[in-house]
Amino acid sequence: MAGPKYPGFDTLALHAGQSPDPATGSRAVPIYQTTSYVFRDTEHAASLFNMERAGHVYSRISNPTVAVLEERMAALEGGVGAIATASGQAALHLAVATLMGAGGHIVASNSLYGGSHNLLGYTLRRFGIDTTFVNPRDLDAWRRAIRPSTRLLFGETLGNPGLDVLDIPAVSAIAHEAKLPLLVDATFTTPYLMKPFDLGADLLYHSATKFLGGHGVAIGGVLVDSGAFDWEASGKFDLLTAPYEGFHGMDFEEESGTRAFLLRARREGARDFGACMAPMTAFHILQGIETLHLRMPRHVETTRKVVGFLEDHSAVQRVIYPELADHPDHALAKKLLPRGSGAVFSFEIKGGRAAGKTFIESLRVFSHLANVGDAKSLVIHPATTTHYRMSDADLARAGITAGTVRLSIGLEDAADLIEDLDRALRASQK
Amino acid sequence: MNVEVDGKRAFAYTAAHEPDAAKPTIVFIHGAGLDHSSFGLQSRYFGYHGWNVLAVDLPGHGRSEGPPLPTIGAMADWILKLVKAPSFAVVGHSMGALISLECALRQPQRVARIALIGVAYPMKVSEPFLDAARRNDHTAYDMETIWGHAARVPLASNPNPGMWMYGDALARLRRLAPGVLHNDLKACNEYAADFSGVKCPVLLVLGKRDVMTPPRSAKGLQEKLPHARSVVVDFSGHLMMTEAPDATLDALIGFLGGKDGSKPA
Repeated sequence: MAGPKYPGFDTLALHAGQSPDPATGSRAVPIYQTTSYVFRDTEHAASLFNMERAGHVYSRISNPTVAVLEERMAALEGGVGAIATASGQAALHLAVATLMGAGGHIVASNSLYGGSHNLLGYTLRRFGIDTTFVNPRDLDAWRRAIRPSTRLLFGETLGNPGLDVLDIPAVSAIAHEAKLPLLVDATFTTPYLMKPFDLGADLLYHSATKFLGGHGVAIGGVLVDSGAFDWEASGKFDLLTAPYEGFHGMDFEEESGTRAFLLRARREGARDFGACMAPMTAFHILQGIETLHLRMPRHVETTRKVVGFLEDHSAVQRVIYPELADHPDHALAKKLLPRGSGAVFSFEIKGGRAAGKTFIESLRVFSHLANVGDAKSLVIHPATTTHYRMSDADLARAGITAGTVRLSIGLEDAADLIEDLDRALRASQK
Repeated sequence: MNVEVDGKRAFAYTAAHEPDAAKPTIVFIHGAGLDHSSFGLQSRYFGYHGWNVLAVDLPGHGRSEGPPLPTIGAMADWILKLVKAPSFAVVGHSMGALISLECALRQPQRVARIALIGVAYPMKVSEPFLDAARRNDHTAYDMETIWGHAARVPLASNPNPGMWMYGDALARLRRLAPGVLHNDLKACNEYAADFSGVKCPVLLVLGKRDVMTPPRSAKGLQEKLPHARSVVVDFSGHLMMTEAPDATLDALIGFLGGKDGSKPA
């Protein structure tokens, strides 16, 4: 007898988390543009505030439109639930602040988005949370960096901008051996290309601004919990396993077990830090997710064509993409990313900074801006934009040079993109 | 709250309240492979409305030390040892409903009333499900997750904002030690009793879309307990406490009396 069957990814991308609107029958997700929700009576109000009944109180804590996005992302990732946030950075901050306070320590990959590097390396240090950065490929370095005060291991599924493939099975094993969770930034891979929870990650987040939305019209983030990490058994997370006076003495793990992390993140983090997602933003991101399974294969297909073109171009010194045989993570990418290594990659242009400047200014189809994962193709020069606050030494450790150019391949005709690149490359060498 | 039963650590959620002899007591007993958190909203409500709440983790589940107990009778005896109150109400879900009935049979003088959520009698478990659980095959967790919810659940919204019901059920099941789910399913499958000794008030809370214990499979029990009242919860499958938390709570309040332990209507 065949076992029961779960809905497929494509179906979940269109339906998970939403029932047709009970008031109007609306098939599309309605935009509940409201701050607050009328209580039936005082008893109902008290029960909602004290978590005795399910429902919405105030849109900073939860909102019906935003909840559809949260449930859909949890379904696509295979998590217990999710919290949508004002941005991907807000999601990272919420994850960290839910797990530790001053005195806490993080071990993080040194191959990170510049904003994440700033948050961990500078800003959180002001609040007493320290981070040790390690080469993500050096598994012993992860292990050696763990201290008694460590509360989290963190990396990107595909590092920025060198596309280091995080060995999630190996790094999560190191984390779990130390009774710690692994958080990954899964923005570059999306749940279509990789399911980090199936590989051993415990928590993940996305900058929903990127491929999830795909249209470049809304900033947002989403933090998802696998529910797999046992906070009580770890013994290192009093924030989740001891009574919290800020919410009626609640012991989040005792209260909800698998939902403890998200419960605290919502009841404390969303309530007090307030970096919530607006309902209109959730609506926009949902429109993107409905076609994620159609867009990602096309992103990857066109990326492969562009990578092949650049590899053979005389103005290009090196192309950095995990599907190329000379990439240090080529074998790992084959194993962890069988559907493709994404649509963001870097290359080194011959001629350094000056050639890079001419190249970018000669492009007509690619847009020069600070984003990735749009339906439109994008280009940026990391050393002067996303990573500009990093020292030369940190840049080198992250695999960036003055000639590094990052491309995000969109959904345009591949031939048009190649023609645009070819013209700009030739201009850069004059 | 951690206590000791038969020399082993046992856990019961109390909604952050110390036991108070002046208050009535209500015991929540979870279903196969689950734990106290399956009653999250409902147990918290009663804990803040004048009741002593004991939402237990059966041995080998949640925070209670194993091994799991092999029969419904043994589980009922364990409950009756854990609960110290001279009289108490019981709310049981699925396997917990059978344990509730057995508690009422074994100590009718102590069990004041029982609410049975997602119940059937006999509670037969299909051989493929039992076999997958016996082999500790993940398919058993898939079966419990998919059959445990109404068919519409994966493509519908969750009353608990931001939560994914399938994911939560799977995460809980994956935390079980090998053999626990099979132990529970086998206990349900083998349970048989004569309910003529159950004289206390009984409420059956049945999910209209429940495929594990559909309302029709409670008919045998309703015939044996002619004084039992039944409530059918629309749009819910077997896991009513999460699929229809408010309707489930309202049914319990109507039966048990909600505010400050007041007498039921």
